[in-house]
Amino acid sequence: MTLKPQRHVLVVFPHPDDEAFSSAGVIRLYRNMGVPVTYACLTLGEMGRNLGNPPFATRESLPEIRRKELQEACKVMGIEDLRMMGFRDKTIEFEDDEKMVKLVQDLISELNPSLIITFLPNYSVHPDHEATGRAVVEAVRRMPKDERPTVYGVGFANNTIAEKGEPDVIIDITTVKEDKLKALLAHNSQTTWMVEENQKRIDEGQPMSDSWFHYEKFYTISFVD
Amino acid sequence: MRMKEVDVLELQKLIDSFANKDVYIHLETTNGSYATHYNEQFFNASAFIRNAKIRYEHGKVINDNPHRVGLKLENGWVYAQGITHYELDEQGRLLMAGLNHEGKLAIALEISETPFT
Repeated sequence: MTLKPQRHVLVVFPHPDDEAFSSAGVIRLYRNMGVPVTYACLTLGEMGRNLGNPPFATRESLPEIRRKELQEACKVMGIEDLRMMGFRDKTIEFEDDEKMVKLVQDLISELNPSLIITFLPNYSVHPDHEATGRAVVEAVRRMPKDERPTVYGVGFANNTIAEKGEPDVIIDITTVKEDKLKALLAHNSQTTWMVEENQKRIDEGQPMSDSWFHYEKFYTISFVD
Repeated sequence: MRMKEVDVLELQKLIDSFANKDVYIHLETTNGSYATHYNEQFFNASAFIRNAKIRYEHGKVINDNPHRVGLKLENGWVYAQGITHYELDEQGRLLMAGLNHEGKLAIALEISETPFT
């Protein structure tokens, strides 16, 4: 499946690295096509658990580390418009729901994106992911039907395929897989353990790399009027 | 400075230095938000409080591994189990953490005379 041309792509995720895992390839491909990409990253992943043992960071120094990692990852993906929205990790679902919808509405009216990439509500595991996807879907749902951008949702809950079937958007990112790897590695505090985990999975015969570095998959979100 | 493994005598002195003062605490336990994703049988419970203002009359670190730290308040208690590392950071805040064998944070107890940002 080839990428559909876009006017502007808006990416909305809560944590630095969500974009790299799910969409770095697609983002890089769009940037290579000259499509502007804005990334609204809601938190700095302040509650990330990986501090190392022996530790490389503290609970209090982690946010600054992750801010720099996010900026570096954006460079690799070619994102020139990074918005760090200043929310706190693991608190998005407790924010005022209308405030979150308004935040997305404001981004949409400013940027007029033709595609938004976010998490797929009910199938995105982490409470921040769910709250982010919900806010995006609700903001777009409230738009006039003919003005709505396309919304791609990332779903990876264990029951996703059983309940939703295979994703309808499957993008071959093989040509930019090196860039995706670099984006993931830019999130060094988050991905060092992952490299080890991956080795374990390879040993168990279930490497993650295949799915991550060849295809990125999304569900086009449909709106019921 | 990096967090280092608990030295009971030194940590006890640091805990003492915040006693009988109004201090802000950060207390957090966590299994990670993906615990149930990886193991559906896992019952994921945790707690988080940041910038609660307390005053403790004394505090104690117990010499066990991992360590327990308890703070006795005028009308109550704060405690944390599983503390392995600590540092007094450049802002004079006492940061204690419990890091598991994979280097993932399981618990944090932090004490500061000024609010955490």
